[in-house]
Amino acid sequence: MNATERGMGLSLRALNRLAGSGLLDRVGQRSRVERLVYHGTRQGFRAAGATSRGFIAASKLARPARQGHARSSDLFDISLEEEQQMLREAIGAFAAEQVRPAASAADGACATPPELLAQASELGMTTLGVPEELGGVMEERSAVTSALVAESLAHGDLGIAFAALAPGAVASALGLWGDAEQQATYLPAFTAENPPAAALALVEPRALFDPLKLTARARREEGDWVLTGTKALVPRAGEDELFVIAANADGLGPALFVVESSTKGLLVEDEPAMGLRAAATGRLTLEDARVPAAALLGASSPEGEGRREVYLECVQRARIAWCALAVGAAQAVLDYVIPYVNERVAFGEPISNRQAVAFAVADVGIELEGMRLLTYRAASRADTGKDFARESALARRLCAEKGARIGSEGVQLLGGHGYVKEHPVERWYRDLRAVGVMEGALLV
Amino acid sequence: MISLETPKKFKPLVTQAHQVAAEVFRPISRKYDLAEHEYPKELDMLASLIDGVNAGGEIGGAGAAGVRREKKGSDNGANRNGSNLSTVLSVMELCWGDVGLLLSMPRQGLGNAAIASVANDEQLARYDGRWAAMAITEPEAGSDSAAIRTTAVLDGDEYVLNGEKIYVTSGERADLIVVWATLDRAKGRAAIKSFVVDRENPGLKLDRLEHKLGIRASDTAAFRLEDCRVPQDDLLGSPTVDVKQGFGGAMQTFDNTRPLVAAMAVGLTRACLEETSAQLEAAGLKIDHAAPAYAQHAAAARLQAMEADYEAARLLTLQAAWMADNSKPNSLHASMAKAKAGRTCVEVSLGCVELCGSLGYAETGLLEKWARDAKILDIFEGTQQIQLLIVARQLLGKTSADLR
Repeated sequence: MNATERGMGLSLRALNRLAGSGLLDRVGQRSRVERLVYHGTRQGFRAAGATSRGFIAASKLARPARQGHARSSDLFDISLEEEQQMLREAIGAFAAEQVRPAASAADGACATPPELLAQASELGMTTLGVPEELGGVMEERSAVTSALVAESLAHGDLGIAFAALAPGAVASALGLWGDAEQQATYLPAFTAENPPAAALALVEPRALFDPLKLTARARREEGDWVLTGTKALVPRAGEDELFVIAANADGLGPALFVVESSTKGLLVEDEPAMGLRAAATGRLTLEDARVPAAALLGASSPEGEGRREVYLECVQRARIAWCALAVGAAQAVLDYVIPYVNERVAFGEPISNRQAVAFAVADVGIELEGMRLLTYRAASRADTGKDFARESALARRLCAEKGARIGSEGVQLLGGHGYVKEHPVERWYRDLRAVGVMEGALLV
Repeated sequence: MISLETPKKFKPLVTQAHQVAAEVFRPISRKYDLAEHEYPKELDMLASLIDGVNAGGEIGGAGAAGVRREKKGSDNGANRNGSNLSTVLSVMELCWGDVGLLLSMPRQGLGNAAIASVANDEQLARYDGRWAAMAITEPEAGSDSAAIRTTAVLDGDEYVLNGEKIYVTSGERADLIVVWATLDRAKGRAAIKSFVVDRENPGLKLDRLEHKLGIRASDTAAFRLEDCRVPQDDLLGSPTVDVKQGFGGAMQTFDNTRPLVAAMAVGLTRACLEETSAQLEAAGLKIDHAAPAYAQHAAAARLQAMEADYEAARLLTLQAAWMADNSKPNSLHASMAKAKAGRTCVEVSLGCVELCGSLGYAETGLLEKWARDAKILDIFEGTQQIQLLIVARQLLGKTSADLR
């Protein structure tokens, strides 16, 4: 029985890629100092976006390519498909052997080593949402598989996972909602060698930001769209060649636009934050950036029909992806504190012999398991075509709140040791807070 | 393949249980809350109906006996949705109606679950159709069940039981009481066995019925056992004291009953959330799931947070039951479910009373009753703290000697 017959849709090509990817190659890294200097000089400067490659539709598509839906199961089931299990193990190994050892330096340098990003993209992580006929590896779209990938990678490091998966969000957006022209123009680059850095930008720099009430604006002018506004915490803003940007379109409400980085009026500046530093977050400013009418994503007609549903779906899928990252990082916290509290001796015995410590660990375990189940449920509903507005919102609510608490508990359980950079828990504390802040940027 | 939805084949059962909760339990909820210790006679007919559902074939598992595990060997690796799952699903629905009344359901006692979990086939047949209560707690031994003082001494072909038991749910009304007693106090846990005592046994003396904060429809009895003679065949599990195996059999019951109690908490939590949503909507407020929490009205944001905790408790409970159905060891997950569901139902019910103000607090509605009923669910079948101990020991790889 092949994978498709089992309703899974992950072709063996994906696994072959993993096998052949040279997982054990050591990642070369520029020295940390060099990066700090590089970063320091760029800080405070606004620059034009990276020069984008010439995105040209090489061949025409008759109609947009779409990945299929999984069939829904009649039974309650928490077991993974065999292929999902294998993928999780392979990415888990990559996360443990390559990502975790690079995490501290990447955090300090505000950049993930390009070699590591190249390996991640070689593993196919960023093309899970690309339809098969456009070079993707998944015949069926699987938010569950995407969530498992994000979770496994974030167990290595949440910031690096964010950096590595960010281009996949743009590829997914095009796979899900792009029209034939948009797909033919942009998607082939994502499955080719040296795929572009890309980002899905929703967040705006203001308190009480609500993704449905955007201040970035798109107005119509001579048949084009002209974009103004600011986007915050955009992953690898300086390197991105392609953006999908959310703006409030005149007469349409919130909508997504495909914008190339060379677009005039598109400016980027570094915006390092409390966490997610490996993803080199930046701020994106649009000063009358003009894009063609065809840049509007997910409209089933020139009048923009259907884009509100698309936009809502985008927000919901992003929330699930952030939940999956939270689950991976929270699991990392649990796995780290268990040996620590078992080995750390105070008052003549391991501190884990005390209920105050042991109960804190138990609570982390319980809330983490709840976070995981809510995330999987939302993802599996997305896969089977069921409504998942409520489920993704509840998963986000739980993961934002408990995730941050778990990050805090991780530091607390290590005490002073948790507060210094010798241990990774302080980084997880910073990264886990992002789950309640971020919108968009990733998709399952 | 991950799917966390209610399985199609259990939907009729869930619907049926919901109808019972809505049509039978809810209308008499307040009546038996006020008339504590009065027998809810409306339940007799219902019990027969549930027996019918259980006898009705494959779906089964509408009641406490649904926790019996399939013998290993029949497991071919395929995903199973069996009676553990169907039981928690129906318990959730029934407790959306009324927890106290569910506990008063004839033949659906925790003793029945214990019998279903550990009895041999002969015993199972012999106790069939009888209502069994559970007697573990003593005045001096609650959570520390290994410290029980009730003794059982073999005399000829009968055991002679002596001691005192309290907090026996349905103790007055049940036909049988499953009593925990020790064969040898010096041997600790391993010597603790459970005995099925007939309610008519002259050595079993009812002391009193408790007056409680909530679940007042359910009677809670205190007994004395005075030279209470029990036939040898009424010992559940192995009669030998195997120090290595320890608590084994007796504790195994908990892996099966904790998800049931978690399910009760989940059902009650949903009742509170539904009522509060309706009240908030009447006041002009609705959760907008698309908006971030901080961009919502504080009351809507609070309700959403409570819903998220509810959903976690619910899925943890279904997971623990699903694991039991699929012969996976689930004591960690059973305790996780019980811990999360127990504390969630207390927090949510009290939170809902607060949000609904006087409508939540007054006896004109049911929220105040649910908030009183809720508290027991974080206490019986292992308190919150006991669940945390179990979870912590498992996660940290500790024995009960290391982490006390």
